[in-house]
Amino acid sequence: MAWSREDLAAQAAKELRDGFYVNLGIGIPTLVANYIPEGMNVTLQSENGMLGMGPFPYEGEADADLINAGKQTITELPSSSYFSSADSFAMIRGGHINLSILGAMQVAQNGDLANWMVPGKMVKGMGGAMDLVAGVKRVVIVMEHNEKSGAPKLVKACSLPLTGAKVVDLLITDLGVFEVNRGSGVVLTALAPGVTGEEVTAKTEAEFTVRL
Amino acid sequence: MADKVRKTAADALAGVLTDGMTIMAGGFGLCGIPENLIAAIRETGVKDLTVVSNNCGVDDFGLGILLAGGQIRKMISSYVGENKLFEKLYLSGELELEFNPQGTLAERIRAGGAGIPAFFTRTGVGTLVAEGKEVRDFDGEPYVMERGLTADLAIVKAWKGDAEGNLIYRKTARNFNPMMATAGRVTIAEVEELVPVGALDKDAIHTPGIYVDRLFKGVVFEKRIERTTTRPKEAA
Repeated sequence: MAWSREDLAAQAAKELRDGFYVNLGIGIPTLVANYIPEGMNVTLQSENGMLGMGPFPYEGEADADLINAGKQTITELPSSSYFSSADSFAMIRGGHINLSILGAMQVAQNGDLANWMVPGKMVKGMGGAMDLVAGVKRVVIVMEHNEKSGAPKLVKACSLPLTGAKVVDLLITDLGVFEVNRGSGVVLTALAPGVTGEEVTAKTEAEFTVRL
Repeated sequence: MADKVRKTAADALAGVLTDGMTIMAGGFGLCGIPENLIAAIRETGVKDLTVVSNNCGVDDFGLGILLAGGQIRKMISSYVGENKLFEKLYLSGELELEFNPQGTLAERIRAGGAGIPAFFTRTGVGTLVAEGKEVRDFDGEPYVMERGLTADLAIVKAWKGDAEGNLIYRKTARNFNPMMATAGRVTIAEVEELVPVGALDKDAIHTPGIYVDRLFKGVVFEKRIERTTTRPKEAA
């Protein structure tokens, strides 16, 4: 039984530490906010200019001037602060953010990440992803292990344009957890319930070792 | 003090717009966009614009209406995923596009406004973004050179402003607005509240008036929300 989206978010939440400043990407990473352990102090940064993101507003109380980087309405906390995009990326690029959890299209065994563009097909842009992987101390990727077509996403070398070279520290997929360590060798360290090493090998292009 | 206050967006734009010019427009998504100025620019029909903005609005609001009017020749942005017309125009070759990483875009504008012609950043090293640009090692790590960015016109949106041009933004509607205000050869601000000089807390001013050439109180602020996300009250 592979991990669900919620399971993936819960797995990624294990990377949180007390006192961390964390930036969460769009999609499954956003769900990680729901799994911050009770009593742990984690400050969420939103790259459009806010530290200390609060929960979604109550119905009827949404404020158009208060959104997260996914353009969802949010709320502030007593500890929140607002700042410009330049200040926001100074925090990110300057190494002041402890952890970034992002989605991906491909992760390569050398730690390369691709998550912003499919040439000729998808024209959306990289947003803040390139800055995040270049500047944040620890980069954790959460993604489905394979494409809908079954094609592997943990690959020998990315075929899609890179978001960053040798930037991935940890990869969590619906099949298991992989230490990527920015290119010093991929190690499978945990399996989702009911998933076997053979299944992972069959569904993975990248070379990896196993240390369960 | 030159009189900076104008009555309307059209008055504020008078004599400023020319075909082929570069315009910076503040905002993140639809949050903090100068919606009155964008609507007024739509009315003038000015064309062949290069627009610097993190996003390009949605199909029928924000910068999307300038796209629909065929007024934009080139966009410099970090993310345009919310706009179907944008994708269509780009893939058919009618629209030029330069993607910048969001932090690089913000810093290019900050640098441009601060008189810094170029800087080095780790962002984008080893990616398409670094192609054709100088890469230099500092302390053993590679960094790519990015250029400062200025514009003929910057249009920004603030919460409160006074006749001196001092501006205060509200919550995450600040985003790109403060840097863009510094990087326009002409900067025009639209404000929700035009307050008497002296009414703003001087320690709380985000954009000092020196950067603002003209300002006016916006007539309508629709402040459209792209993704209203809420939780039910009983979850309290």
